[in-house]
Amino acid sequence: MSDTEAQAGPVLAADGTPLKRSLARALRMQKLRALALIAPLLIFVLITFIAPITDMLLRSVKNEIVVDVLPETVAQLQSWDVDSTAPPSEAVFSAFYIDMVLAEEQKLHTRLGTRLNYEKTGLSSLFRKTGRRVGRFDTDVYTDQIVALDPAWKEPATWAAMMADKADRGALPLTARTWDRWADYLNSEGKDPAKTKVEDFLFTALYLDLAAGNAKSVADPRIAAAAAAAPGFETVDIRSQFAKADKDWLDPAVWQTIKIFSSRFTNGYFLNAVDLQKGPDGIEPRPESQQIYLMLFKRTLFMSLVITGSCILLGYPVAWILANLPSRTANLLMILVLLPFWTSLLVRTSAWKVMLQQQGVINDVLVWLGIVDDAHRLVMINNQFGTIVAMTHILLPFMILPLYSVMQTIPPSYLRAAKSLGATNWTAFWRVYFPQSVPGIGAGSILVFILAIGYYITPEIVGGTTGTFISNRIAYHISSSLNWGLGAALGSILLGVVLLLYWIYDKIVGIDNVKLG
Amino acid sequence: MAVTSSNDTFVEFERVQKSYDGETLVVKDLNLEIPKGEFLTMLGPSGSGKTTCLMMLAGFETATHGEIKLDGRPINNIPPHKRGIGMVFQNYALFPHMTVAENLAFPLEVRKMSKSEREAKVKRALDMVQMGDFGGRRPAQLSGGQQQRIALARALVFEPELVLMDEPLGALDKQLREHMQFEITRLAHELGITTVYVTHDQTEALTMSDRVAVFNDGRIQQIDPPDTLYESPKNSFVAQFIGENNTLEGVVKEISGDHALVQLDGGELIDCKPVNVNEVGQRTKVSIRPERVEVNKDRLQDGAHLLKAEVREFIYMGDVFRTRISVAGNDDFIIKSRNAPDQIRLKPGEQIEIGWLPQDCRALDA
Ligand SMILES: Nc1ncnc2c1ncn2[C@@H]1O[C@H](COP(=O)(O)OP(=O)(O)OP(=O)(O)O)[C@@H](O)[C@H]1O
Ligand SMILES: [Mg+2]
Repeated sequence: MSDTEAQAGPVLAADGTPLKRSLARALRMQKLRALALIAPLLIFVLITFIAPITDMLLRSVKNEIVVDVLPETVAQLQSWDVDSTAPPSEAVFSAFYIDMVLAEEQKLHTRLGTRLNYEKTGLSSLFRKTGRRVGRFDTDVYTDQIVALDPAWKEPATWAAMMADKADRGALPLTARTWDRWADYLNSEGKDPAKTKVEDFLFTALYLDLAAGNAKSVADPRIAAAAAAAPGFETVDIRSQFAKADKDWLDPAVWQTIKIFSSRFTNGYFLNAVDLQKGPDGIEPRPESQQIYLMLFKRTLFMSLVITGSCILLGYPVAWILANLPSRTANLLMILVLLPFWTSLLVRTSAWKVMLQQQGVINDVLVWLGIVDDAHRLVMINNQFGTIVAMTHILLPFMILPLYSVMQTIPPSYLRAAKSLGATNWTAFWRVYFPQSVPGIGAGSILVFILAIGYYITPEIVGGTTGTFISNRIAYHISSSLNWGLGAALGSILLGVVLLLYWIYDKIVGIDNVKLG
Repeated sequence: MAVTSSNDTFVEFERVQKSYDGETLVVKDLNLEIPKGEFLTMLGPSGSGKTTCLMMLAGFETATHGEIKLDGRPINNIPPHKRGIGMVFQNYALFPHMTVAENLAFPLEVRKMSKSEREAKVKRALDMVQMGDFGGRRPAQLSGGQQQRIALARALVFEPELVLMDEPLGALDKQLREHMQFEITRLAHELGITTVYVTHDQTEALTMSDRVAVFNDGRIQQIDPPDTLYESPKNSFVAQFIGENNTLEGVVKEISGDHALVQLDGGELIDCKPVNVNEVGQRTKVSIRPERVEVNKDRLQDGAHLLKAEVREFIYMGDVFRTRISVAGNDDFIIKSRNAPDQIRLKPGEQIEIGWLPQDCRALDA
């Protein structure tokens, strides 16, 4: 004993290696085996759960579509002041023309319109309408003038060769970028850019490059000739072309929206989810008529709390009885408690509809008993009351089960001891039994509350308009309005709220005070 | 103490019966009087109804028939919390969510005592069980013996006149047990409390009690002070249950006053004291304590009947020798002798003769 204590340095195993290392070696095998056992589930969860959720959460801030579809416009808008009361310059419109034609060819403009419509109503139809017109703009003026200089301009092969030349590309940057986007699209469609008709927008891009004076010193004689001629060309006012298509293009508010949402990431969805929006002067509340989400969040929290409360009130006595009965009877009654699990959720919820509706069983009985006047049947469904009743019923087992298993572990001798010490039945319960059942209440409440806060089928069926939850709105955005970004933002906020409540619960009650059995 | 006169009877069971299922009686016709200040132990094998009796007294079970009186008043209809009986449970039942001090203050609090009075009493009770420094701890942070002492203090802190203890020392090791046995009896006598104590352990019962009630099969088999119980068991169950005991079976041959002659099944004759045999020809079990068996003929009176025996095993136990011998067809006959300088150490295989004083050999029911 004293030998080992006196010995300096690390403790050695029998074979002379340090004890720590040989212990780690012995444990490594064990750890690997444990890892192998959980690997299938881990992979399953990663692929089917974590990855989609992460993707979903990213969607709440992702906003690539504007900059992807309108790259030239976004670049030109840099120099336009958001607070400006005038529409942007001709340069912006020219860039926008090129972006729009390309988008229209690829049918991306409607998607972009839908996205921007979340931020400003009317943009969807504006984009759709303009998409139909943009191919017929008078930009063939440029085409005709350039082709008149040299008919070779008409040949796609000329363009393909020119765009393969490094020096030419350098001299005509906009044309090069536009050609690349166009060529990419054609290639993806299985067409050869060197054999496809050269469209007007390419000539427009070329004219813009030439007019900007970029190509003065280029070696290619054809380009040099065009560059020399370009200042004398007849021009087209693209801005008025757009104005002719729809006069809303002269409204600076439209351009504000495009500019504000032109970054790759946005907090717009999150702002929207809490009834705010981005205006030219920063963040501002949405118009009163569009504010619904905060109210829905509050309602969801409130109703989930009420449901959790009613589950405690109804479930506690049941769990108590179950825990104090002989196990045979208790098991039988347990089956009754679990019975709802064996029926489809839809069936149960619909049953409540039958029970609670104005011509339903309960109202009929009340009228028959004379308690309620036939003309004033109670409204118990398609409102908050109906949702609370149906969801309490559905979630009750999640409260009873943990309560029951915690109560089972409380020996009856505690109550007897309390009574023998002089406590009345109530005091014995309240001071001795109840505190020991709190972990069960905690576990049940967390389960019920978290399930309730994300529930959507039942509120959808029996909630009407006043009894729906935030999750109904999320489901709507995911499956009907297809505004996934907003749906994801609402979902992220819900997740955040649950985590926050969990944290508060941990602070107040302590999470180790939760027992499922 | 053993003598009970009806005027200082504190607890009284009168023809009490109890059945849980309506088919079998767990307690059959129980009659028991406990005088004030007595330490009474209920001793008996598992399932003999000891806890049931205690629970009826505490009010957690109701008697199916008969009456229980406390201080002369029937208590059948008084709820448990008004009986004012202190109770120590087998698993201590200390409230896990309260500190030791809160546990002790609980009975005082429900009695609406003022805070200062409560604190004084809790402190005194903790000091009484030498746990003064442990008031702030939770029960889970105490050892078994410490929990036991707290449970005791909690049962005593509200100064009940009657305390019930159901196998309170069951979970403790031998040394702690012996220490606690002493503590409990000391406290009970110092405070003058009437105590009903339940145990499995006969040594515990013998060392602690004023009187011991031996339970079997729902009845009290014998209720007497420890020495009487040990030396004069009234029937063979008590003789077997209390202490170590040798039995030989036979038939009564002669009986006169407090002497009887019994012929064992092997044909040998022995002298006994008749206890519950009264006629010739009756079958009987004779009981002799191992330490009363004599191997040295010189110490026996003349003409005493002797039995031939063969030594089977000699066990050295330090203070005593334990010898297993075979006699009259019984292979498990034990002799205990003190380790004195002149004591003979028998060897296995040795042929010996044994005998005893007639009053040490009791002829009991068969
Ligand atoms: N709540 C109950 N319901 C039905 N039968 C019971 C109940 N409690 C005890 N019994 C039965 O009553 C009999 C006596 O039980 P009791 O608990 O009084 O025995 P005990 O003498 O205390 O035994 P032990 O020494 O093992 O504690 C047993 O046969 C037991 O099975
Ligand atoms: Mg018992």
